[in-house]
Amino acid sequence: MILGLEFPPISHVVEWPTLFGGGAFGVNKVVLFMWISVGLVFALFFVAGRKRALVPTGAQNVAESTVEFVQDQIVLQTMGPEGLGYTPFLITLFTFVFTCNIWGLIPGVQMPVNARIALPVFMALVVYVIYHAAGIRHQGPIKYLKSIMFLPGVPWPMYILLTPIELVTKFITQPLSLAVRLFANMLAGHLLLVSFAVITQALVASTIIGGALPLALLIFLSAFELLVAFLQAYIFTILAAVYIADAMHPAH
Amino acid sequence: MLHVLAQQAEGELEAGLTAVGRGIVYGGAAIGPGIGIGLVVGNAISAMARQPEAAGMVRTTMFLGIAFTEALALFGFVLAFIISG
Repeated sequence: MILGLEFPPISHVVEWPTLFGGGAFGVNKVVLFMWISVGLVFALFFVAGRKRALVPTGAQNVAESTVEFVQDQIVLQTMGPEGLGYTPFLITLFTFVFTCNIWGLIPGVQMPVNARIALPVFMALVVYVIYHAAGIRHQGPIKYLKSIMFLPGVPWPMYILLTPIELVTKFITQPLSLAVRLFANMLAGHLLLVSFAVITQALVASTIIGGALPLALLIFLSAFELLVAFLQAYIFTILAAVYIADAMHPAH
Repeated sequence: MLHVLAQQAEGELEAGLTAVGRGIVYGGAAIGPGIGIGLVVGNAISAMARQPEAAGMVRTTMFLGIAFTEALALFGFVLAFIISG
């Protein structure tokens, strides 16, 4: 109870009852919409790639501008031309994260899939494996480990301090922050929208005019959340690209 | 009088202290990143104003800087939920 408003506890906002199945394999709303996102992303690129028209329409338009965006704004900006081999992975990552985020704004669903940490952690682990694999493939395991532990151009006493920091950064902090950043941003946005919806409902019930201000803010925040959903997908993808680029070419 | 005031329900003190702790954790974690993001974006804007043709590159780097800085505040946000009485 805050100022006479009954805020739902956080477990009521992000935990959903199991729809079907049971135990560890029970499927709830979040899992269901994760599957739908997988289907949507697959369908978009499948439909767009099946009939390649010279003048794109519909799905092909969407797919082509997505590919162009990821290629020009993410891959070429961070990895350069030799990173183009990673474009399909990054495009899938970007589209999937964005689709999962956008469910927070669809009326009737209003639950961003990434507001539960399971999916961000899994995707961060995929990125973790891929960037270390890229480093080992491009430099060889020993040289790669050496490039992480010993930054060039540093006086040697600094290594006592820098080597542990670099090791913790590459093996723990980077994947952890990648997962937590996406999760916490989506959860914070979801809680913000829930809070304003509760306030609006409580105020409209007492005075219609009093409810207008939080309602206007709610609409504004929904637009803001659309921006956040896009931005978090962009940041997740660009950080994955930066980590891969870092592993391919050691710090210079 | 003081005796009545000092009375409390079972676990009330713990719940209250937990709430205060959560507030302090998130508030403290937000100070540094708040200043940091201000610096990152402010400098990015002045860079873009000085050299509009480099705006695209500056924007990409700006988002990267924001993402790295923001992570600390988000750790605090998550930690505030993890703390339980």
